[in-house]
Amino acid sequence: MAADMGKLNRDQMAARVARDIQDGAIVNLGIGLPTLVANHIPADREVLLHSENGVLGMGPAPAPGKEDYDLINAGKQPVTLLPGGSFFHHADSFAMMRGGHLDICVLGAFQVSVGGDLANWHTGAADAIPAVGGAMDLAIGAKKVYVMMEHLTKSGQSKLVEHCTYPLTGIACVNRVYTDLAVIEVTPKGLQVLELVDGLTLDELQRLSGVPLSLAPERAYA
Amino acid sequence: MIDKIVESLESAVAGIHDGATVMIGGFGGAGQPAELIDALIAQGATDLTIVNNNAGNGETGLAALLKARRVRKIVCSFPRQADSQVFDALYRAGEIELELVPQGNLAERIRAAGAGIGAFFTPTGYGTDLARGKETRIIDGRPYVQEYPIHADFALIKADRGDRWGNLVYRKTARNFCPVMASAAKCAIAQVREIVGLGELDPEAIVTPGIFVRRMVQVPHAGGADARAAA
Repeated sequence: MAADMGKLNRDQMAARVARDIQDGAIVNLGIGLPTLVANHIPADREVLLHSENGVLGMGPAPAPGKEDYDLINAGKQPVTLLPGGSFFHHADSFAMMRGGHLDICVLGAFQVSVGGDLANWHTGAADAIPAVGGAMDLAIGAKKVYVMMEHLTKSGQSKLVEHCTYPLTGIACVNRVYTDLAVIEVTPKGLQVLELVDGLTLDELQRLSGVPLSLAPERAYA
Repeated sequence: MIDKIVESLESAVAGIHDGATVMIGGFGGAGQPAELIDALIAQGATDLTIVNNNAGNGETGLAALLKARRVRKIVCSFPRQADSQVFDALYRAGEIELELVPQGNLAERIRAAGAGIGAFFTPTGYGTDLARGKETRIIDGRPYVQEYPIHADFALIKADRGDRWGNLVYRKTARNFCPVMASAAKCAIAQVREIVGLGELDPEAIVTPGIFVRRMVQVPHAGGADARAAA
């Protein structure tokens, strides 16, 4: 990998995702890396955050000492409620999701396939205790499903794959992938690169990814 | 006269039989009826099937029920957590059965039971290991998986305030699964922080109408979420 390449850190990735969340959007942020996106939503945009345990209009973490453990997010961390926010039960919460009422959900992933299949809930290892939570509901539930993940595993393998080898969370459900190296759209014509970090070429990304990539038309003709 | 109020936790959990299916409200610690669970442990029913989002946190509440070896099977979406050591050990030892259900399917299967729905088709889980062996159908070009309702003999839930007709309001995200579980169980048992007189709950704001609740017990200073989640 080019030494001068501007690989994004976690906060930069979160800021990049946040840039694509429009004013007025209703968004669910998955546990882990996606949660960071909330910190980077521009102040002039009104974005409603949904949490699957029954909150719409979720606010930031409370000040130290102000925690209320009846008001938590899906990661079971204390949060706050914005004025105008609401509470509802679990069946209503997942109706919002399954019913296609959420604009965007941002999820972490182990792997995304060229066809937009997602694997993010289980490594399939024999000794692993499976836990799925809301991952499968989120994967099929929002109008747009964005994945946010490091491009490569710790051992350097691409998380973009021809076919997922980990157990699937959902089929053909991912619309866009934000990695520390690129922004990639899942299209019927395959994976199309919308953005590359500074200092990275498409050829180099192609070599690292091991799956066919093309420049998105709006990039190719720009 | 209709009066759902019982005087003690002991009488609230009376009659829960060995082999019963018991739904327990809560998402992590929020909404977990810890005092009712403790009463169930003391009551002694065993060979239970438990329906909850999780499989217990730490050593108290649902985790304590598991540790007391009263649970044959658990139906949940997210058993594995940083502090799910009691479940983890039982599972690894093959001493508890797990039915893993995506969280939205869990909520909807419980809702369906309470609403008298025989089965439904959901897009969640299609093509995954958790839909294996289940009937599927393409409806308007979209693939769905058939899921069946989850009924229960009992539900243990926690609410903030209730009246003697069994009407309930909840507190913040402690609501979670409690309303649908109340409707899905033959006998829903609520612990409430405060019991108020008829008419004191705003009828526009009642979340669980009393028709779904059979017994109610007051637990004024429930340890509940704060004590447990902060531990």
